[in-house]
Amino acid sequence: MSAGSTALRRRRAATAGFHLGAGALAAVWLLPIALVLVTSLRTFDDIAAHGLGSWPRSFTLANFGQAWTDGGQQRALVNSLLVTVPCVLITLALAAMAAFALSRYELPFRRFLLLLMLGGNLLPPQILLIPVSKLSELMGVYDTLPALAGVQIGFGVGFYVFVLHGFMRSIPVEIQQAAVVDGAGPWQIFWRIILPLTRPALAALSALSFTWIFNDLLWAITVLRSDSKMPITAALIGLQGQYVSMWNVIAAGSVIAAAPTVAVFLRFQRHFVAGLNLGAVK
Amino acid sequence: MAVLTAPDRKSPARVPTSGRRTRVPGRVPPLVLAFVLVPLLAEALWVFWPAVQGFYLAFTKWDGVSPPRFTGLGNFREMAHDDVFRGAAWHTVLWLVLFGGLSAVLGLAAALLLQQERRGVGLYRAALFLPVVFSLVATALVWQAIYQPDGVLDRLLAAVGLGGLQHAWLADQDTALYAVIVPALWRQIGYVMVLYLAGLKGIDPALHEAAKVDGASARQRFRHVTLPQLRGVNAVVLSVIVIDSLRSFDVVWSLTRGGPYHSSELLSTYMYSTAFQSLRLGYGSALAVVIFVLAFGVIASYLVRAFREAD
Repeated sequence: MSAGSTALRRRRAATAGFHLGAGALAAVWLLPIALVLVTSLRTFDDIAAHGLGSWPRSFTLANFGQAWTDGGQQRALVNSLLVTVPCVLITLALAAMAAFALSRYELPFRRFLLLLMLGGNLLPPQILLIPVSKLSELMGVYDTLPALAGVQIGFGVGFYVFVLHGFMRSIPVEIQQAAVVDGAGPWQIFWRIILPLTRPALAALSALSFTWIFNDLLWAITVLRSDSKMPITAALIGLQGQYVSMWNVIAAGSVIAAAPTVAVFLRFQRHFVAGLNLGAVK
Repeated sequence: MAVLTAPDRKSPARVPTSGRRTRVPGRVPPLVLAFVLVPLLAEALWVFWPAVQGFYLAFTKWDGVSPPRFTGLGNFREMAHDDVFRGAAWHTVLWLVLFGGLSAVLGLAAALLLQQERRGVGLYRAALFLPVVFSLVATALVWQAIYQPDGVLDRLLAAVGLGGLQHAWLADQDTALYAVIVPALWRQIGYVMVLYLAGLKGIDPALHEAAKVDGASARQRFRHVTLPQLRGVNAVVLSVIVIDSLRSFDVVWSLTRGGPYHSSELLSTYMYSTAFQSLRLGYGSALAVVIFVLAFGVIASYLVRAFREAD
């Protein structure tokens, strides 16, 4: 045997070992997801007769219909999207504006303002829950979707300002100066020059903030009370109470609740991972 | 226009290094001021003002109907004799250590395994990362099904001859807390892995090459090259973990609501039920202040690092 073929064989063994280890790990990780998918496609009678952990002996799509209409998932999903989509857009617009001003102009106290805004986002939400629920009552928006949107925007914006500030800071000043020489005002500089250059960061943060806002439970149950206003996360807890031990329906509800963020993740995977790393202060 | 009349005196001479050069000095146009003030006001209304109130309420007794009554340190004195509080505080520390520690160690391990650029590695990474996009509520329900008495976990135990370990995992006071940590870990490890993957990617390969040439073993290279190089990421992961641990609420709330008999109660869940179910808003605020104090060190160090970076 030549040295070359031994090395080759060893490299092949390493490759096989890697795929075996990583494959097993990935399989373990996906197992709970596979399980919930399978459960959501079984009939109640099958689960009742053979147990939740048994091999499936039935197939039905009716559970999704039940969770969707009787379980109120449809309305809840609409509520979630009504809050999430405007929140993502408004939060990022506000954050981009503030980051632009703080990173491109010599504002007084700009470093303090930046850290103040970031600091607000780092607060444990618990300290805000009681006052926020009272505040929304006081403003007459308690138990309405705008209250939820308001607190999501107010609480989230500081973090995005910080990340976008870091990003915009690295755009060379010469680009801006050229625009100023051409007679562009701040709005044109922001809209025509800085914002287009910030697109990668905005895309990353959109994917990230969509899942964060969509997946929130705590703020929703703090400012909302009626079942008809609840977003999908809170509705899922309601479903758990409504269909006690009807695991087929609960599983279908979980699949419905997770589908939008999974879709965003699969579509924007790269942005997503980039977003998580953007947020990390090094 | 103001920007135009005030030429950047410093920048053309020493261009590349300093971060200052990216800003255009001069009088600030009103529009730019508005750009900062509008988001700041939104945050002031929903965060800063409520935060100030939250700290004040911690020193009061309040049922939410009649006006709050100032009681000084009464709430904090009450905590000293509150067994549920002490349990919740202990569980929060346990949660920090187990959830935080394990997600850091396992996230790093996963990143080390999956950092190699091989064919198909993207799929493995995506598999580990997928749970991160699920809401904690959905995650909780998935695992609740697994933990059911006739669920997969008990079936698996029986199948491998460990039927004696079968358990009502979430209903038993001795196991409830751990049964809640596992789903939280399942979701967190992928997140930490992504942070470490980026950190590992940032290490100059020449360092590893040099160590290899000097005859360092794989373990030595990990200890003396990889770990020191990851110091920055470690700090990030630490902040993320502590902040996430103290915020953990959804997964516990969906699985056990802190029960049975407060055996999986965290400070966050105790605070919520005290405030919104027992309607003891003053005491609830005091509990929130305790959470804030626990988080304060990490928040402060995060801000200090951000401060250094900001200029």
